[in-house]
Amino acid sequence: MSLISTLARLEAVSTGRAQPAATVRHRHLSDRPLVFVPLTTAGEAGAPLGALVGTDRDAPRLLVVPQPRDRDLRFAFLADLADVVLPYVDAYAEAVEAAERTETDPETGKRVKVEVDLCADAPQLIVPSRGGIDLVRLLGRSMRFRRTAEQDPETPYPAPPRVPLLGRWLTHFGERARVPGSSLLLAMTDVLGRHWATGQSTLEDQHLGALLAWIDPPEGLTGAEAALRAELERDAKGQLTCPPAGPATDPAFDNKLLAPAIERYDRARTALAAAEDGLEADDRLGALTAAEREIRDLVLSRTLPTWEKVWQGLDLLRELPEGAHVEERWTRDRWSFTGHRDRVLAGEPPQPRRDDAVTAANKLATREREQARLEAQEALDDPLVMAGRRLSGEAFAGEVTDVVMAYSEGKRPSPRPLVTVRTDDRPHLGERTKVYRSLGGKPQSAEFAGAEEDGAYVVLRILDKMGRGKEPEPGSVPEKGDRVCFTLFEHEQRGGAKLPDPEETPWTHGGPPGEAALEAADPVTAEDTL
Amino acid sequence: MTTLFDPSAAATQATDAILHDTLHGTARGVVVDSPPGAGKSTLVVRAALELAEAGHPLMVVAQTNAQVDDLVLRLAEKNPELPVGRLHSSDADPYDKALDGLENVRKSAKAADLAGLAVVISTAAKWAHVKADEPWRHAIVDEAYQMRSDALLAVAGLFERALFVGDPGQLDPFAIVGSEQWAGLTYDPSASAVTTLLAHNPDLPQHRLPVSWRLPASAAPLVSDAFYPYTPFRSGTGHGDRRLSLAVPSDGSGPDRVIDEAAESGWGLLELPARHTPRTDPEAVRAVATVVRRLLDRGGAATSERSPDPTPLTADRIAVGTAHRDQAAAVRAALADLGVTDVVVDTANRLQGREYDVTVVLHPLSGRPDATAFHLETGRLCVLASRHRHACIVVCRAGVGDLLDDYPSTEPVQLGTVVKFPDGWEANHAVLAHLAEHRVTWRP
Repeated sequence: MSLISTLARLEAVSTGRAQPAATVRHRHLSDRPLVFVPLTTAGEAGAPLGALVGTDRDAPRLLVVPQPRDRDLRFAFLADLADVVLPYVDAYAEAVEAAERTETDPETGKRVKVEVDLCADAPQLIVPSRGGIDLVRLLGRSMRFRRTAEQDPETPYPAPPRVPLLGRWLTHFGERARVPGSSLLLAMTDVLGRHWATGQSTLEDQHLGALLAWIDPPEGLTGAEAALRAELERDAKGQLTCPPAGPATDPAFDNKLLAPAIERYDRARTALAAAEDGLEADDRLGALTAAEREIRDLVLSRTLPTWEKVWQGLDLLRELPEGAHVEERWTRDRWSFTGHRDRVLAGEPPQPRRDDAVTAANKLATREREQARLEAQEALDDPLVMAGRRLSGEAFAGEVTDVVMAYSEGKRPSPRPLVTVRTDDRPHLGERTKVYRSLGGKPQSAEFAGAEEDGAYVVLRILDKMGRGKEPEPGSVPEKGDRVCFTLFEHEQRGGAKLPDPEETPWTHGGPPGEAALEAADPVTAEDTL
Repeated sequence: MTTLFDPSAAATQATDAILHDTLHGTARGVVVDSPPGAGKSTLVVRAALELAEAGHPLMVVAQTNAQVDDLVLRLAEKNPELPVGRLHSSDADPYDKALDGLENVRKSAKAADLAGLAVVISTAAKWAHVKADEPWRHAIVDEAYQMRSDALLAVAGLFERALFVGDPGQLDPFAIVGSEQWAGLTYDPSASAVTTLLAHNPDLPQHRLPVSWRLPASAAPLVSDAFYPYTPFRSGTGHGDRRLSLAVPSDGSGPDRVIDEAAESGWGLLELPARHTPRTDPEAVRAVATVVRRLLDRGGAATSERSPDPTPLTADRIAVGTAHRDQAAAVRAALADLGVTDVVVDTANRLQGREYDVTVVLHPLSGRPDATAFHLETGRLCVLASRHRHACIVVCRAGVGDLLDDYPSTEPVQLGTVVKFPDGWEANHAVLAHLAEHRVTWRP
């Protein structure tokens, strides 16, 4: 944890309120996000119990699996989920704008510009907490290899149409969420935690109710009191008044309310199956419907508070103005969305279970580049983030006190002005350390040329962005009295080297992966069927 | 009957076997594990010269520009006639200016300009951009344990066979983003190049260099036991071969007493009172700086097998090692206050591969309330405890032993990954137990 976030947390403790950790919003928020509040069943990894999902705050769609171990009911749930998610996704796939992309021409091997479609906007999924992102990934993994009866008439347990497609999209959202700074799939606790520092640990920040209690405590309570209440307060029946944001549920809820309700549902179902005539069946169907409604009400009672909190979080975040580089990062999300749309349209197979060596290396390289880019952009967009970097010696700000014109040696001397900056910061500058400042959105580099008066004055030699002439272009060199801020980190990231194609994987990495075989879904085991 | 261990003979035997496998073997790769200061660079230079003499075009992959320049200089020193290519980046000042004075070293940012030279040397990052129609017959990959698997993936297509040399005990490569997704895959891109190489080619011949020429007889057993328990090594010198003497007698202060202890035994632990502190613990930082100041003031002189006459212990023969960059910056500032400006102060990552007479180390766990995986990493402590030829002085707050016991390693277990032995927890305990015998407690 950086020094400034430690200070902010201490301040949150002493004031009883979360402190801002950012002055602008560093993540893109869609005008029409799809909020997804899922719950799972204890005891089985990724078995959905229910979910609230939708784009309209006042009209969420409630989806429930009354008997979570029943595969047919689970498929029905997933099919319902696909009916909500896929139309939402498709709505963004249609509107496109023209864009350019550089591609390698397969015939000449040259890099050429090609005109391609870029989706004008992209969908955005919001889940309450990091566990929700894991569940999205898990659901995607469990669905994308399934076959529908149409795809494979022989398949023993055919999936409803569109369920495999939902799996592919959820997998894409889950993978994209691993890219630093991406916004296709966001966890509300992560985004809020990025913008506010609370007086509790980052682990405790994973509890959406407690996190919001610090950021926006109710009247008359401090953040600590409200957070404690959110975590622990139980009603007369021993139930948490602020249910956890899921996807796991509270054991007291499972044992006292859910398990008996599911048992009643099971009994009603068995009774219905044993009904001997139509009249009896009608009665028993009524009992089954009642039992199902009871479970639906229970699931609604645990998801609705979280649903409200996610929207409250969105309200809080929308009050912050968007950071200057957010749009640029969102454009990359749109590229990612467009790319997957095209792969689906082209009839490509679902994403493989495991990345091959080249794909894995490419993904890691992209994410490292995005991480470095995100850190630089957040600092450039936000003086409070920059303050943290200044405090840790990675940047410094100050006033220009002197500018001396100097030139490089060589046949064509270029301007290399020496700029003295008075600063109270203590940057970790060494001999010829490169520093950068933003000049009209582009980084201008300089090198450290000496310090005076114990580091209070820093002398820099400006190196570039001064034009081609002997005299620097106007405005390209700081003037006496200017406030400047230089960073020791680079503002832009270089692209890495191109890796070999997967079919040219070298011997050190096991050679080419071979023909991509169509992967089958996990085999059905005895535990899978009731 | 005991057989006398002859370090030179053992080292020569190992080197001969490695060169035989490299020049005449049939395997596509040869892996050499080298403990600290075991003559890894000497081996690389020798293998390069022999391959070049045999008429095999050779590419050499190192990890940093400093390592590349160092190799070029060593090659030129051994054989000034050898045509060597230094492939460099197109940044300003891409290579050491000392290379300009070498007649047979050609420097270029384009691989095509260096075609046909006997040896071409560059960093892995630069090699990754090279496109070659015809792969090199041979390659040497230096510091292969510090190279990431994805970096090897980018360059492995450039050569047919390679000699991989490195130190498995030093810091593992790392990624700045999570890579759990690929944990357990044989080609996990964040793993070390050697891990991936051996996972796919388990039958490659593996050698190790058995003798550390850097570490003194007082340090080799500890470093070997604590960090290389299954591949032990010996020091090349005996207990009487190296001596550190001080002209000025001790003034009785903590720093002076720990210097005397370290001069005598090769190790010293300056223990400050237990306390939880920020990373840049001002007292510990000052203690480190004071020890360095006193080392210089007391007129140290080192006698070793290299020369019969004592060589003065000057600032360039001392280094300070820390875990974090801000700690290094704080120590530099404290040293500057005491008028010391030319002692190297750096983090473990940057001290890898370097050698000094005396090192002063700020213990990674000193003053910490918790023991994270970063601070427990075996390689970090190993680097810090194995840079010295004569003595190592560790500055630490009391209570690290309890801290270790309070925080056993809790990293999640990943299926399919190779478990590294020893773990940081065990290695830290082994080093602490040894240091406790050379403890000087001091309240500044």
